[in-house]
Amino acid sequence: MKLKLMATALAAAMVAGPAMAELTIVDTSYRTGPYAANGIPFSDGYQDYFTLLNERDGGIGGERINLVECETGYNTEKGVECYESTKGAGNGALVYQPLSTGITYQLIPKATADGIPLHTMGYGRTSAKNGSVFKWVFNYPANYWDGASHAITHILNENGGDISDRKIALVYHNSAYGKEPIRTLENLAEKHGYELMLLPVDHPGQEQKSQWLQIRRERPDNVIMWGWGVMNQVAIQEAVNIRYPMDQFIGIWWSGSENDVKAAGARADGYKALTFHNLGDEYPVYDDIREYVVGSGNAAGAGDQIGSVLYNRGMYAAMLAAEAIKTAQEMHGVSSINADQMRDGMENLEMTEEKMAALGLPNFGPEFTVSCENHGGNGFGAVSQWDAEAGEFELITDYYQSDQEIISKLVAEDSQQFAEENGIEPRC
Amino acid sequence: MFYREAGDFKTSYTDDSQTFPIRFDRYRYYAVLVAAFAVVPFVINDYWVNAVFLPFLIYAIAAIGLNILVGYCGQVSLGTGGFMAVGAYACYKLMTGFPEVSIFFHIILAGGITAAVCVLFGLPSLRIKGFYLAVATLAAQFFLVWLFNRVGWFYNYSASGQINAPERTIAGVPVTGAETAPWAAYLFCLVFVVASAIIARNLTRGMAGRKWMAIRDMDIAAEIIGVNPLKAKLSAFAASGFFVGISGALFFAVYLGAVEVGEAFGINKSFLVLFMVIIGGLGSIFGSFAGAAFLVLLPVLLKNVLVGGLGWPTDLAAHLELIIVGALIIVFLVAEPHGLAQLWRVAKEKLRLWPFPH
Repeated sequence: MKLKLMATALAAAMVAGPAMAELTIVDTSYRTGPYAANGIPFSDGYQDYFTLLNERDGGIGGERINLVECETGYNTEKGVECYESTKGAGNGALVYQPLSTGITYQLIPKATADGIPLHTMGYGRTSAKNGSVFKWVFNYPANYWDGASHAITHILNENGGDISDRKIALVYHNSAYGKEPIRTLENLAEKHGYELMLLPVDHPGQEQKSQWLQIRRERPDNVIMWGWGVMNQVAIQEAVNIRYPMDQFIGIWWSGSENDVKAAGARADGYKALTFHNLGDEYPVYDDIREYVVGSGNAAGAGDQIGSVLYNRGMYAAMLAAEAIKTAQEMHGVSSINADQMRDGMENLEMTEEKMAALGLPNFGPEFTVSCENHGGNGFGAVSQWDAEAGEFELITDYYQSDQEIISKLVAEDSQQFAEENGIEPRC
Repeated sequence: MFYREAGDFKTSYTDDSQTFPIRFDRYRYYAVLVAAFAVVPFVINDYWVNAVFLPFLIYAIAAIGLNILVGYCGQVSLGTGGFMAVGAYACYKLMTGFPEVSIFFHIILAGGITAAVCVLFGLPSLRIKGFYLAVATLAAQFFLVWLFNRVGWFYNYSASGQINAPERTIAGVPVTGAETAPWAAYLFCLVFVVASAIIARNLTRGMAGRKWMAIRDMDIAAEIIGVNPLKAKLSAFAASGFFVGISGALFFAVYLGAVEVGEAFGINKSFLVLFMVIIGGLGSIFGSFAGAAFLVLLPVLLKNVLVGGLGWPTDLAAHLELIIVGALIIVFLVAEPHGLAQLWRVAKEKLRLWPFPH
């Protein structure tokens, strides 16, 4: 039985041989499980942008892109399986975008040993911002600690700069992901004098009655949420149920998509979420996506997510990867780059307004430059608010920078600790 | 033709009571061992180790552990995930606290610590049985996961609450950490699997195992013939915890390298290992291997066939995988309630007469 199974598995693995293409991009998506509602739009956006480049421009720099999708289910074991099975696909995977902090922690040592860059856009290990220690990991344009600071700055601005008498609750996914902002929020609490209240929610987050009962009892002035998947919908519904003022409720960028608020109906109106890129589908690039990707019937998934918040984010991630590939091609003078050259491209990536405008995404994200010391961008973000009537999130602030004074200290401490634990000599 | 005992004479009790009394079976067993130790390490790559062999070997240890408790002693446990977490966190604390000691001993010690914790949570089994015990062990599952998430000491106060396995070597060869060669990780786990299987086999056919089985079959009768239920039940919990702890330690240190307790050792893990034991065959060491193989290899195989071979969308394949594995579990249990181990026994009987069944 066992032998037969293994023989068949071997045969199957051989059938699943590499499709020869020059630039291999792996999309470790999750279209099943409790996080699928958020995983699907991101993955659709990520894939559609590469499909667009293939259909419209014939790839990047003349090299077609070979997209390989692998279902992780947001599960670390499956994530490892996906990584191992796809890292050698084609000419070797160029970059991983796992979209899961748990899988990221898993892959940081593995990808570092294999020499494949990881791009954890707005998630993952925050101290990977210090590229001097984390050579293969990138988390531009913003990270969780930036997000925590953005939320607090927004509350500060709303309250005339004094929040020393306020009580702020953090409702978080009880995992590496949700615990990331705690240290920053504690440090900011010392600086600004607010009282921090921690409310963990266990995976997958369908059961939050007791947390919201506590919020109802203790009446924190603001609630910040670090949720993902089904946890977001439940939390927003619970907040509506206890009639918590929605404009005092701020979610991280992973808790601010249409799927999260729609279930709660009209009373979710006014819910705020952070973002590090623009929203909506009023950009020239969407015309091209509609024409070349949807029109040609190559849209990923059901093709019904275009213009949603997470679709935009997936597309933004793909755009940053494509720009890094272009940078690498220019730097090394070859069109068929490998993972090592891809890393150089990412480390020398420069996102300017002209570049984005030329891509059909004017003013879509903040400008930033990546360098050896800084793999995390400049930490710009903005606040968006849900308009239930119009059915869309709208930006209500300009992009502003996070409290670099506190964050750079924390990044230095945490990456220093990692370097010591793993015997890494800082590169620059 | 195969598995025939004709002409296979035994002249001593030792010979007669060995694990594989039939010569053909014994040679097959040696052949498997030789292949596992001397052939496989030379042909495997990262993918085979990380996606197939490591999970299979590690779950096999966990299944052996749970089989001792559920299959041999009849005490239903839903706390396996929590006990694996104890093994993982014990291993982590030992690895980081005593870096100069070999990882080999840390893993054995982690098994010992888990055994102690398991005995503690096994105490209620003296008063409660069956479903009620399952609920009590379920409480252990949730309590342990909560504990490791809540108390910073267990994860050395890391910002993310995750534990990461530092690099440890045996005779200069790394067996944990990112630089581990596939063969090293494989062989390291294989040694533990083979040792666990041999120890478990000998425990279960000796005095201890007979006591456990007496308790399983009828605890009052067992007590009347002189089996001390306190010792028998708690020793089953201890032996079970030891193996489960080892598997948890290997799961964390060698296989995943970084672990988040709620996700890696949640209630799903308890059910998964319980399913392995039930599908493989209660009260059978071979069944533990068969069950682990079934539930670890089948999803990987299906994924490779459906996505890699047929090119179907990944979400469709993921859903079909659940349906197919679930359906097969039902089919197997309807066709053979005693699990894959019983199927194997029947197959051996048939092979003995093959090709002339009459």
